[in-house]
Amino acid sequence: MEVNRRQFLKSIGLFTILGIGGWSAFELLVPGQIEAQYARKKEALRAKRWAMVIDMTKMDEETAKRCIEACRRIHNIPDFYHPVDPKYKVDPKKARRWEIKWIWLEPFEHAFPDLEEKFMPESLKEKLFVVLCNNCDNPPCVRVCPTKATWKREDGIVMIDFHRCIGCRFCMAACPFGSRSFNWGDPRPYVNYRNPEFPTREKGVVEKCNFCAERIDKGLLPACVEASNGAMTFGDIADPNSEVRRLLREHYTIRRKPHLGTEPQVYYIIM
Amino acid sequence: MYDGGKVIIGLIVLFIICTFPFFYNMGRAAKVPEPKLDTPAIKKLPEWERVCVQPTPWMRANHMRLLDHWRNWALREANREYIGFNGKRYTISLQNTCLNCHSNYDKFCNECHSYMGIKPYCWGCHLQKPKEWAKGELKEGR
Repeated sequence: MEVNRRQFLKSIGLFTILGIGGWSAFELLVPGQIEAQYARKKEALRAKRWAMVIDMTKMDEETAKRCIEACRRIHNIPDFYHPVDPKYKVDPKKARRWEIKWIWLEPFEHAFPDLEEKFMPESLKEKLFVVLCNNCDNPPCVRVCPTKATWKREDGIVMIDFHRCIGCRFCMAACPFGSRSFNWGDPRPYVNYRNPEFPTREKGVVEKCNFCAERIDKGLLPACVEASNGAMTFGDIADPNSEVRRLLREHYTIRRKPHLGTEPQVYYIIM
Repeated sequence: MYDGGKVIIGLIVLFIICTFPFFYNMGRAAKVPEPKLDTPAIKKLPEWERVCVQPTPWMRANHMRLLDHWRNWALREANREYIGFNGKRYTISLQNTCLNCHSNYDKFCNECHSYMGIKPYCWGCHLQKPKEWAKGELKEGR
């Protein structure tokens, strides 16, 4: 049998395709054993841009503690001061260093260092402010993540995929609000209240407040907002008729370190 | 052949070394895994509803890939509902959907994983229910 040049080149080409791209070409032409059979839950809350307004006139320390406690329970946040089993006890210095913070209290001068004045109303100066991840619109943490383990969701929530996190802590260095915490050790022995619906974390990942994304997708408001008795308001800041926009229209609000240009989305009504 | 004796001895030694694992393990076949499905949640279901989100053979081969997609859909796209092969809707969640039925780690998950010699670390974060709950203390090292 004679093979001319043309036939030879054709068969070479065919075998190259089969050889190099064989399996992937097959996959490309006959896509997916996994068909995209998924949907958003009907009851999920939707927004173009989630934001939070915290009314510090209504947020007394007791309410704040309740909010923090609600978050702690729902997200299985470890408490290194109080291990489940006394044999895991760590000294308070280490416990403080290991602390995992999703939502916590800071005095005014720490929360708003650029707004501190020499003479300030005592009610402000001595007040403890509830702080949490600002879920910035221009999040520096997302920009520095080398593995895309953290990203901004379509509705503005800055998420973390713990599976992808390699624990490099670039994001912690990038965040100007200290909103991210690192798991220096296995947190499980220190998780006192276990919410069976939320995972714990493992040693070596960074975690932070996620605006209760898992609850929003189920149609629930964030846990702290629910526990706050109206001191916290959560809503769509892109919608001019939303409750957060009404509050922002009616009150003077401040944000943490807005001059850094990260566009934080947690607003504080201070008086 | 130069040094024929040495070469042949060397070949025999090489043959023995290479095939040692086979001889060593001869007649000691590992037990074929038999994952158990007799958890309370599954027993409660009527017979015709005892199906997974996809047919069993498919799940056996592809559950890890499915979970990979589930994670991305749920976290990155906020799509937390999966439509199973028979049209039933499931919440996309390893911890709340999969482990609800398959609550027997030792007899279900680990049965095949240990046979295959793989150690997935899903359970380092995703809590097992409800066995550990009842005990009040989570086991470590998984």
